[in-house]
Amino acid sequence: MPSNLDTENQLVKSLTDQFKNKIKTEYVKHNRIKISTNQDNLKSLATSVKELGFEQVISHGGTDYPDNNVFRIEYHIICVSKKKLRSIMFSIMTEISKDTPEIETLIDIFPSAEFHEQETYENFGITFIGHPRMEKLLLPEDWDDIPPLRKDYTLPGRG
Amino acid sequence: MVNDPTLNLLVGKASDILDNTLEKNVREPIRFLVNWGRLYSLWPVHLETACCSIEFGAASGPRHDVERFGMLEAFGSLRQCDVLVVQGTVTRKMAPRMKWVYEQMPEPKWVIAMGACAISGGLYMDSYNVLQGVDKIVPVDVYIPGCPPRPETLIQGIIELQNKIRKSKV
Amino acid sequence: MQNSAMNIEDKGGDQLVLHVGPQHPGSGHFRIIVTVDGDYIVGAKPDPGYVHRGAEKMAEYRDYIQNIPHLERPVIIDATGVTLPYVLTAEKIIDVEAPERANYIRMIMAELNRIISHLYWLGIYGIFLGHSTMFMWPMGDRELFIDLAESIGGTRVTFSYVVPGGVRNDMPTNFKERALKTFDYFEKRIEEYKKIFFNNPLMSARTEGIGTLDKKDAIRLGITGSNLRACGIDSDTRKDEPYCLYDNVDFEIPTRKEGDSYARCIVRLEELQQSMNIIKQVLDLIEPGPIKQVIGGVMRGEPGEAFVRTEAARGTMFYHIVSDGEKNPYRVKISVPSFRNLIGMTHLLVGSRLADMPAIYWSLDYWPVEADR
Repeated sequence: MPSNLDTENQLVKSLTDQFKNKIKTEYVKHNRIKISTNQDNLKSLATSVKELGFEQVISHGGTDYPDNNVFRIEYHIICVSKKKLRSIMFSIMTEISKDTPEIETLIDIFPSAEFHEQETYENFGITFIGHPRMEKLLLPEDWDDIPPLRKDYTLPGRG
Repeated sequence: MVNDPTLNLLVGKASDILDNTLEKNVREPIRFLVNWGRLYSLWPVHLETACCSIEFGAASGPRHDVERFGMLEAFGSLRQCDVLVVQGTVTRKMAPRMKWVYEQMPEPKWVIAMGACAISGGLYMDSYNVLQGVDKIVPVDVYIPGCPPRPETLIQGIIELQNKIRKSKV
Repeated sequence: MQNSAMNIEDKGGDQLVLHVGPQHPGSGHFRIIVTVDGDYIVGAKPDPGYVHRGAEKMAEYRDYIQNIPHLERPVIIDATGVTLPYVLTAEKIIDVEAPERANYIRMIMAELNRIISHLYWLGIYGIFLGHSTMFMWPMGDRELFIDLAESIGGTRVTFSYVVPGGVRNDMPTNFKERALKTFDYFEKRIEEYKKIFFNNPLMSARTEGIGTLDKKDAIRLGITGSNLRACGIDSDTRKDEPYCLYDNVDFEIPTRKEGDSYARCIVRLEELQQSMNIIKQVLDLIEPGPIKQVIGGVMRGEPGEAFVRTEAARGTMFYHIVSDGEKNPYRVKISVPSFRNLIGMTHLLVGSRLADMPAIYWSLDYWPVEADR
């Protein structure tokens, strides 16, 4: 594996110049960049990432951390049109408290995240403010249990 | 006259003979004819419930060709269908729809549970959204095991269903 | 809302709401609610979830090797395409690497599966356009490729063949001759497909200019795979970020500029040829050697995370696994191409005619089981 991280470092540098200490670089690996920020700066970070050339949300999901009482929300963003950036997956991450699971939607920046956010809503109960349809997508209409991907939900067959 | 025991016996015997003759010469041929007509024109509903539908599609293809055995391809309205092939997992969201489809089909109708998931939940035995066996909501005539069943197994299941129809009362 | 892909507007007048599916000759395990004004679709709202089996939650209760069969089931039509990225991600967590021969066999299986999947798609598309011959031919030829895959993987469709550390078993010794014989036959068949279907004026009339996806919209809405390549963008994960040993083989990325249903069809047809070219090259490159790195004991990863994307038959398949050091993964996130294509589908359907709905719907190669997971 080539370990030349020039492009990756350049991308991270342009963001750290802009955001200073508002963002934290989790890691920069070959073809992988992960940056975390707090809930309020997520939207402006996403805008800047889009300006760098990353245009599609390939995946968006959450993870439940009951010990820290947080949900971790991640957007994995790729570029398909510019040859230089195509190999890189850019992840932005934030943590939100489980007591107030609300965050602003990113679909006005990345429309491709629309169904992913709806899925996160039903699987974790996180409300995306500004999303047009916070309703069930994959789960049955009569689902009345706690959202299934939370850690405190156990599968019926596994007690 | 009316209470003559000999005559009563005679009437009883005569009705027995008549019944036997009717069974052998009239009902049996009708039953045979009706069942024969039914068993070679099975028309499945086009209701796919999960991934077994791929092997169902392959069975309609030229190599396996279920039409040879009198099972048509899955097309058309459910009002003219008589077989519901449950092609795999039935989820909680699909279950009520599948029941509606079954209820809307005209009599006589048969159900084939295709694949491990349709029989008992299979691989998804601990899933939160999967019905553990379709026989909880519709009566099943033939179970076809496999994950997914090969088209040959599906054909075997169809032949079993035809045997069942052949023996059924009219 | 401006940003939403679904513009269900209340125009008044002669509007009608149609529920297409889940019992319908075309929709499969999926429902789409369309609002029509006369013959034109003015609003489309997909209603997936009829095959949602909770694979992501189930993955948290199974260890790395037990997870393979049930993660394969969403796309048994493209079984290697969906298990390969999972295994690649798991390998990063467990920190093993497959030997060279295993990587080549994985590529053979992945490309065979791509052909099998594309031929199934082509057969159903033929039926959607009322062309029964085009159902029978690809379904028949598909069996030949299933035979090839079966000789390696052991079953018809659900191989569970790729495992962390390598592949389950070696391929048979006569595989090369059998494969080349099948390819020779199928290359001639592709020409016949073109004659009877792709150059058929009826097919062109039903697909050309139908469901045209603009390049900018394709990027914006997150379209990947063949659907994106039909819009003129030569993006393919096998080239963009090569996995296995795809950087050792030489292949072209078929693209079209038009972005309509016909372009999507012809791109997939050309991909069949490219997949065969890749397998031919791999069969020349492959050398005897070990096929599996044996992992002693239970597979356990370091706490951390990994994400991998690969090019499956329908587009980019993405896996994100979080490990906390236990034998079961802490979180498995699967992002499948069909799910991402939903948004493009609603975008394309709005404004088109109701009669063109099947032609648009299946040209995107939307597979509901995959989307629902």
